[in-house]
Amino acid sequence: MPSSSEKKIRVVVAKPGLDGHDRGAKIIARALRDAGMEVIYTGLHQTPEQIVETVIQEDADAVGLSILSGAHMTLVPRVMQLLAEQGADDVVVTVGGTIPSEDVAELKSAGVSEVFTPGTSTEDAVAFIRGAVGKRA
Amino acid sequence: MATTPRQSDLERWERERFAAEPERDAPFSTISGEPIKPLYTERDLPADIDEAIGLPGEHPFTRGVYPSMYRGRLWTMRQFAGFGSAAETNARFRYLRDHGQTGLSTAFDMPSLMGHDSDHPRSEGEVGREGVAIDTLEDMETLFAGIPLDQVSVSMTINAPAAIMLAFYVVAAERQGIGPEQLAGTIQTDILKEYIAQKEWCFPVDPALRLVTDMIEWCAQHMPRWHPISISGYHIREAGSTAAQELAFTLKDGLTYVERAVARGLDVDDFAPRLSFFFNAHIDFFEEIAKYRAARRIWARELRDTFGARDERSLLMRFHTQTAGVSLTAQQPLNNIVRTAVEALAGVLGGTQSLHTNSFDEALALPTERAVRVALRTQQIIAEETGVANTIDPLAGSYFVEALTDRMEEQAYEYFAKIDELGGMVEAVKMGYPQREIADAAFRYQRELESGARKLVGVNAYTEGDDEETPILRIDPEFEADQVRRVRAVRERRDAQQATSALGALERAARDPGRNLMPLLLDAARAEATEGEMVTTLQRVFGTYSESPAF
Repeated sequence: MPSSSEKKIRVVVAKPGLDGHDRGAKIIARALRDAGMEVIYTGLHQTPEQIVETVIQEDADAVGLSILSGAHMTLVPRVMQLLAEQGADDVVVTVGGTIPSEDVAELKSAGVSEVFTPGTSTEDAVAFIRGAVGKRA
Repeated sequence: MATTPRQSDLERWERERFAAEPERDAPFSTISGEPIKPLYTERDLPADIDEAIGLPGEHPFTRGVYPSMYRGRLWTMRQFAGFGSAAETNARFRYLRDHGQTGLSTAFDMPSLMGHDSDHPRSEGEVGREGVAIDTLEDMETLFAGIPLDQVSVSMTINAPAAIMLAFYVVAAERQGIGPEQLAGTIQTDILKEYIAQKEWCFPVDPALRLVTDMIEWCAQHMPRWHPISISGYHIREAGSTAAQELAFTLKDGLTYVERAVARGLDVDDFAPRLSFFFNAHIDFFEEIAKYRAARRIWARELRDTFGARDERSLLMRFHTQTAGVSLTAQQPLNNIVRTAVEALAGVLGGTQSLHTNSFDEALALPTERAVRVALRTQQIIAEETGVANTIDPLAGSYFVEALTDRMEEQAYEYFAKIDELGGMVEAVKMGYPQREIADAAFRYQRELESGARKLVGVNAYTEGDDEETPILRIDPEFEADQVRRVRAVRERRDAQQATSALGALERAARDPGRNLMPLLLDAARAEATEGEMVTTLQRVFGTYSESPAF
């Protein structure tokens, strides 16, 4: 846990695209908040542009993209591209959802730090984000 | 004759016999958190069991909506299907029918569900991925090509733009020479549960409810074999609710639609017989069976006593069931065959009218042909080999099942009271009450899983080994470009003037709250207006909706 003098880790939890499955995103958001992080939940139906704008405005250390619609190979690369274009490619990007294993490798080579597939514990997700943000500090 | 154990005997048994050995380390509660006793006896039955459960096909319908149930006719085996193009889905429909499926069920893609055409900027990357892309009447005709719509019952899972899809369907049938009065099937339409759980919307709450009432009214007059709505708990449960919340929120949604239709001036017996329901079959076996039995009893009582329905058909809580997608694991996917079988069995023992069984590969993708065949065979094995369909409501009189049924009903009424205190379901939804209850329940369950208090085989228990790489269904990305070309081609070749005129008439009618929009939507469908155009037209009048983010 960061001490009171350390800056809290700021995480945006985002739902890109038309996907309305928000059960996992809300659980992750709560778990991150309970672990002492500052969480900004974007809500549903966000465009990649809206998400990146939120990440930048909120000065986020990390963004978690939650997608269960199968549209991840279009939406995630777009977010990565926009983050890079706006000079925010030091933001840790994680993806959660129904991501087939073949796509995980491709997402990681696009710059995604980790992909949390079904069965991931919130503890593991929290620990990963904390670790990954720590490395970038 | 059963001998009711004396309270003192039970206490002695518990103290001297049962407590003699330590209990194993397990929660001994349902997956919803309902504590379960070690033993149920005749003392746990309702005071007058015969009155409490009745006979099949008779009030209060606890034992089943029809007198003969599966002795007369098995449940409909109705596998949800849809992906890619209308042509591909048409092929999957025919495959399923060839393999013994008895009813069709259509899954639409995210753009279609949200009211966007495939060439809308928000549709990029999403076309055909979660279901079939339907932009136009032509797509709807292709979807059902070679399928005699007067002989097959068809279900369509679409809500916010349901009125538009129904218009496409009716006109597609018209072009097959079939009138709306001959069409049998269901369209989901249940918009309240969208705001609560599935989160697919086009318009704000009140105009969305107007559209629902328009559909119920129009179908009551023109489509006697059709269910204009499938009041759903499935999605509420998938979002993380308990069984009692699924039951309560679903029935309360249903009662709200009844209220709205009655307020419109309809006689309850004119439309209530065509209302239908859709529940989840989750993995906690007995809890699910109790849930369905309680649902039938509550609905019958409310329709008769609160709404004064006189036609017995208005009291029937007829439902479709789908096994719980959320119970499937990506780890060791073959285990999912077992989960689905157990869940399907609960649906059957609960007296469902139709059933969808999930495929084992569905934790990560839409099902392959091989997987969906196994899912269908699961139902066929239950029907033909297990003997459970030999008698009606076989678990009636079980001390445990009747006690759980009563408890489920009690919990539902507790929720009804809370919702009434908030001003009714529409107000409760606007306030976010059911949404919060669901999120809290989901979080509680996740905590139980992560602490190990609750086991999930292959995920936090028995994790050794995994199955070989399971081939999953992939959607050809080329398809999106084809679909975009298709919808643009329709816009190009249609009579532009007719389409514009129909959309104009739709907009004018939408501004008049006293007009039923179905006839205008049918005209727009005939004029080959696209789904997106009809939705955008209505949004000009109704506005749009966005949810305040909360977790």
